[in-house]
Amino acid sequence: MQIESRGDRIFNVINYAILILVTVIVMYPLLFVLSASFSDPQAVLRGEMLLWPKGVNLNSYAKIFQNQDIISGFTNTLVYTSLGTFINLTMTILAAYPLSRKDFVGRNAIMALLVFTMFFSGGLIPTYLLIKNLGMLNTLWVMIIPNAVSIWNIIIMRTFFQQSIPGELQEAATIDGCSNIKILTRIILPLSMPIIAVTILFYAVGHWNAFFNALLYLSDKDKFPLQLILREILIQGQTNDMVKMSTESAIKQQREVEGIKYAVLVVANIPVLALYPFLQRYFVKGVMIGAIKG
Amino acid sequence: MANTTLQPAANAVSETKRKRFMWNRILRNWQLYALISPVIAYYVLFQYVPMYGIQIAFKDFIATQGIWGSPWVGFEHFDRFFNSYYFWRLIKNTLGIGLYSLAVGFPIPIILALLMNEVRAERFKKFVQTITYAPHFLSTVVVVGMMMIFLSPRYGIINHFIEMFGGQPINFMTEPSWFKSLYVLSDVWQTMGWSSIIYLAALAGIDNQLHEAARVDGATRLQRIWHINIPGIMPTIIILLILNMGSIMGIGFEKVLLMQNNLNMESSDIIATYVYRMGIQNAEYSFSAAIGLFNSVINFILLVVVNFISKRVSETSLW
Repeated sequence: MQIESRGDRIFNVINYAILILVTVIVMYPLLFVLSASFSDPQAVLRGEMLLWPKGVNLNSYAKIFQNQDIISGFTNTLVYTSLGTFINLTMTILAAYPLSRKDFVGRNAIMALLVFTMFFSGGLIPTYLLIKNLGMLNTLWVMIIPNAVSIWNIIIMRTFFQQSIPGELQEAATIDGCSNIKILTRIILPLSMPIIAVTILFYAVGHWNAFFNALLYLSDKDKFPLQLILREILIQGQTNDMVKMSTESAIKQQREVEGIKYAVLVVANIPVLALYPFLQRYFVKGVMIGAIKG
Repeated sequence: MANTTLQPAANAVSETKRKRFMWNRILRNWQLYALISPVIAYYVLFQYVPMYGIQIAFKDFIATQGIWGSPWVGFEHFDRFFNSYYFWRLIKNTLGIGLYSLAVGFPIPIILALLMNEVRAERFKKFVQTITYAPHFLSTVVVVGMMMIFLSPRYGIINHFIEMFGGQPINFMTEPSWFKSLYVLSDVWQTMGWSSIIYLAALAGIDNQLHEAARVDGATRLQRIWHINIPGIMPTIIILLILNMGSIMGIGFEKVLLMQNNLNMESSDIIATYVYRMGIQNAEYSFSAAIGLFNSVINFILLVVVNFISKRVSETSLW
């Protein structure tokens, strides 16, 4: 046990105070949204609810599940996320394994080809024209194919393959007559479950939260992912409200919408935030592996 | 004389041998090439074909004639952009938000990591980490939506507080003077915890003997942070600074777009949102591709220059 000097004790007190303050600042808006979603909308709008729910009820949630847009957005997002993540994972493994092999002739050239796109890209317009020419506008595929793989995750997985799986194991398998694909499926993948979990999580969260490709490329509302629907409810609705606030019924209707906003926020984040505490260490591990050779 | 003629011949032999050896390796690993080929095809199609398409910035793109067939116009679109009414406003806002983000958003995760690193109570540390990492997983739409709700002039909790203390409600989201601060501070709120992970990892790698020795010599906590921890994570700081400098002009476009409205345009219109408006909404493909190219070239040059300076000054660099 170290003997702490007076200065160190003061440092400790200040340090804890700052960290508690930071934690409260980060946590309060999240807790507020959660409490507000269970409260009586009127109390929230009048500013009477500060932290704990007031007039607890589930009306807002009931209203959400009657909203056709939200339900179709939710199902679309589920489809985009599961299909997209599956393709992402496959592509990442296909790239990471050859690039992890030292005897893979041309791996530096291929790596350079991939990494260059991190620093320079064709940009919004040429990409848009390409997608248009490919006939992918307003299809399911536009939500999946243009982001089929991310170079960051390739680097993370490649680093894991190189550092966590002994090269001797692969050499021994080759001598025993194992083909490269068999080495990948029988040896590498079963030993890489932690990194595969991390990769799935990174991609899935990305798909769940993505809205920009949908905004650019989708035009039918029944194909919109949840995030675009949210944008309409939370952001566009808000700006419209500022303009037209004339009649009594409009105000009443707006209060109604204000009430469900909190519940919408909670529903949109439930899958991610509910899993988050359990998965946190995997996420952090992923960042660390990526950091070794960023 | 004999020697000089012999030498190249021997080289040629080893050269062919080496080539044959390489070909053997390629043939033996043909499956690896088969595995990676879809990924290369993806990169060529979705990353390099758009780069080929950049040439429309120097052409007048006509859809029926395609990228190759459209007539060249040289730097006409760039000229138009540099002389346009919006040019300085766009530069000012893009650089302004980028520099503001860097100045506030870059040091805060470092400070947070240094502070968390000093916490001895493991449970408390875990708790702070769990909470501060969480907003990273919220979508941009959700974060902007929350801002809108909290800052609403009529119902927002912030304005309830302001009125409680006798102030006038502020319409934050439509007030141009608030835009940049809201953008940067909400970003700090969302990302400071997550960005600190990398520094915490670097701090964990510092040799504990250094701290022991310093303690024996009577160094205080602050002195040890200043003379051991900060120098210890300097390479990490510099690498991330280089990456951040390279993206000064490539700020989070999605969030700006979501926070933008007609009333705050004056301070929220950046190059990327202008490209989106001109290109996607007005279908002026060539003009907006030119602006986009201008932006990416500046980004790229910034990255290369900062990397070069850092290589000279601190011997840390990306490549």
